[in-house]
Amino acid sequence: MIVNEQVAVDHGLRKDEYAKICELLKRIPNITELGIFSAMWNEHCSYKSSRLHLKKLPTKGKKVIQGPGENAGVIDIEDNDAIVFKIESHNHPSFIEPYQGAATGVGGIMRDVFTMGARPIANLNSIHFGSPQNKKTKNLLRGVVHGIGGYGNCIGVPTIAGQTSFDSSYNGNILVNAMTLGLVKKDKIFYSKAAGLNKPVIYVGSKTGRDGIHGASMASASFDEKIEEKKPTVQVGDPFTEKLLLEACLELMAGDSIIAIQDMGAAGLTSSSIEMASKGNLGIEINLNKVPCRETKMTPYEIMLSESQERMLIVLENGKEEQAKKIFDKWNLDFAVIGKTTKSKKIELYFDEEKVADIPVNTLVENSPMYDRKWKKAKLPKKNKIKKEDIKHLKIIDVLKKVLANPNVCSKEWIWQQYDHTVMGDTIQKPGGDAGVVRVHGSDKAVAASVDSSAVYCWAHPLTGGKQVVCESFRNLISVGAKPIAITNCLNFGSPENEENMGEFVECVQGIGEASEYLKFPVVSGNVSFYNQTKDQGIKPTPAIGGVGLIKDYKNMITMDFKEVDNLVLVIGKTEGHIDQSLFARNILDEKNGPPPEVNLFNEKNNGETLLKLIDNNLIKSAHDVSLGGIITAVAKMCIKGKKGINIKKPKYLINEIEYLFAEDQGRYIIEINKKDFKKVADILHKNAVHFDELGTINENELYINDKTKVIIDELSTSNKSWLTNYMSK
Amino acid sequence: MKSSVITFPGSNCDRDMDVALKKFGFKNKMVWHADAELPKSDLVVLPGGFSYGDYLRCGSMASKSKIMQSVINFANSGGMVMGICNGFQILVETGLVPGVLLRNKYLEFICKNVFVKINDKKNKYFKNLDNEVLEFHIAHNEGNYFCTNDQLKEIEDNNQIAINYCDENGKIEDQLNPNGSLKNIAGIFNKEKNVLGMMPHPERMIDTSLSGEDGSLFFKNLINNLK
Repeated sequence: MIVNEQVAVDHGLRKDEYAKICELLKRIPNITELGIFSAMWNEHCSYKSSRLHLKKLPTKGKKVIQGPGENAGVIDIEDNDAIVFKIESHNHPSFIEPYQGAATGVGGIMRDVFTMGARPIANLNSIHFGSPQNKKTKNLLRGVVHGIGGYGNCIGVPTIAGQTSFDSSYNGNILVNAMTLGLVKKDKIFYSKAAGLNKPVIYVGSKTGRDGIHGASMASASFDEKIEEKKPTVQVGDPFTEKLLLEACLELMAGDSIIAIQDMGAAGLTSSSIEMASKGNLGIEINLNKVPCRETKMTPYEIMLSESQERMLIVLENGKEEQAKKIFDKWNLDFAVIGKTTKSKKIELYFDEEKVADIPVNTLVENSPMYDRKWKKAKLPKKNKIKKEDIKHLKIIDVLKKVLANPNVCSKEWIWQQYDHTVMGDTIQKPGGDAGVVRVHGSDKAVAASVDSSAVYCWAHPLTGGKQVVCESFRNLISVGAKPIAITNCLNFGSPENEENMGEFVECVQGIGEASEYLKFPVVSGNVSFYNQTKDQGIKPTPAIGGVGLIKDYKNMITMDFKEVDNLVLVIGKTEGHIDQSLFARNILDEKNGPPPEVNLFNEKNNGETLLKLIDNNLIKSAHDVSLGGIITAVAKMCIKGKKGINIKKPKYLINEIEYLFAEDQGRYIIEINKKDFKKVADILHKNAVHFDELGTINENELYINDKTKVIIDELSTSNKSWLTNYMSK
Repeated sequence: MKSSVITFPGSNCDRDMDVALKKFGFKNKMVWHADAELPKSDLVVLPGGFSYGDYLRCGSMASKSKIMQSVINFANSGGMVMGICNGFQILVETGLVPGVLLRNKYLEFICKNVFVKINDKKNKYFKNLDNEVLEFHIAHNEGNYFCTNDQLKEIEDNNQIAINYCDENGKIEDQLNPNGSLKNIAGIFNKEKNVLGMMPHPERMIDTSLSGEDGSLFFKNLINNLK
């Protein structure tokens, strides 16, 4: 095939990008080379629109062993233990083919983690669907949940937490973000930087097929009517092979024969070989006839661009091939020496004794395009004033039931019951709480993880929204008694070529950066997913933040269920009555305008750290952060989980009852304490200048508000638990 | 007491079972599926997971793996063999216990705590247990037990049903059946009751910090019965 400008454009490259390729090579590329450039230079692999802004994120900290730039981030959890973690999107494939799209998303992120030598110990996910009324939503949700479960359950890694939301902006473009945590010894971490000349380059895992060719390019384009035609670009997952690959890799890693290892993810053999060469400042020579193929007559172009799953590339020490091969034979996996490292600093490919590609590595990586896209700054919307007559007729209990049954608040048990969340025998906090918690096997330590996003806040004001998501992650970890350490982010946005969408990206990233800097909660890994849109309509900006924290003694973990009748319930943090963009405003008052709640980073940090002090002093019986639906929703959930009731007395504030109970002011927690500890708790809170309200006392099974309104907890529980099950069974 | 846990390609509860057995005093050995010989054992466990990816049919390929001939011989000579979840599926494929395990009635994987009623205590697995009802944990996609009417009659005549899904008081009702199993069957014995296949995972219930502790009761009792 003759390469020209049109062929390049068909590959998703811009005309000026094609001209740049010709200039860098000082000739016209052949089709294989063009394919390689298009794979490396697309948005998904090159981060060409985001790099400039991502640089500003804080990525360092005392506990950070490895920040962004590797397969995953690594943090120190003491005693020579480290946690490897990352979140990644698989949005486009999941919309085209929900089961395989979601499954391979889970498979891909787990490979990123075990590539670094870590055994995966927990999976999480953040999934977002269109409006429940949209006719595609139900099947997409079912397919995605089956896909996530199908892969994770088979590998035997517990899925311990997640987030599911519904919003019409995802009608034509759902989001599937998967996160994995792995455990590794600090001195046994593996990296992707190749080193040394003439070292064998090894291919292991599944055979290469024609699936997923140009998957990364597909993920870098918007959807249109021709979406069905894109099905062949979705990869097909085989969790069984991944399980074998995991065990084989960890067995090989126990020795000392690996120099570098990299999984074949987006853009397959192309990006894995180029990344290893680029990091090591070396060249790589590959004989494509040696690549194990599943199908006959595959061309060099197809072999290089296939995104077949469950494959790894390894640079091995000389002379260790036999020993390594034995391990992969034992696990029935392909093992092939396909090339070697060279000093050429080029990627040189041979096929049928002919050189089919010859590209300097730096042209693909350092010289890849980087754009300072135009973007529009968002204005802070004006506050709305709630009119008394709008809320006068509302009955609090009816509103509460509606809120508890709202698709974005209701219990997601239907989903997480389909995920094996207990395999590996260390899950001490299951899905449905503020964060999932797993023990560090065989020790007293435990690791907490949560994943959060607040698209509505980010849409209303990206800068505030970006900050808020990081704070929410911080709060969720603290609520289970964990000290927050670091985050990973999955940045899901519309088109970077649209100034508003690009503005949302820039300002959300700025917000994330400010909050993570202030909270000392650095970003150690992540992924950007642009072009989440159908035709011209972008999704609401949805940065998902995966937070990880440490509990030194797992016996001190906190859960959110109310524990004991007569215990006191306090609200930590001040309630100002911010209703705009709250669930109450949007769903009960049908008011979609106004600013999101303000984020005060000082309060966030101070309130959170003070709560950790209370937990350290064994003063907290249960805790839960206040988020969607405000205080009353948070308390109702604690009642439902603990099968207890509460007598709520609204403090004598100036704001009215509804504002107090449904406002979504930030930096707040609900805590349960023993009455006899009240003075101690109050002293610590006063000393640290943390505002708190006495909210009420726990009772057997009813929720009272100011002695007059009441409801039985079972009724609230039914509202909360039935929506999703009913929806899915209809 | 010596135990062996077989690891098939795709087993994923083998480590959990190893941890549980050791915790309650077994000297456990992990045995690779391609080995021919079983080490000397008082108990052999086929653990949960997705042996051979559950491709073809759950448990089908594993039932033909090399080590299984030794396991079958061991069982036929009266040795104690316990299959949990995928291990149960492997056992029905070998024919060591009767019946088959179909896909769950609602076509979804289920991971949750369940109560099971012990149906028979005249066997080494449940003898001397004080409890009539245990809280166990299930995590499976194909746990829907089925057999022919003739088989069912035989199973019932021989008292081969080991445990049934029930409520916390031991009441066995349709709505407590998580997967559509015939007669709420959660576990079944061979005729001689030295082979037990069950869907629930006692090894996930061995610590108050986990889903519960009834698995501890089961293992403590089991090792005492074997002594």
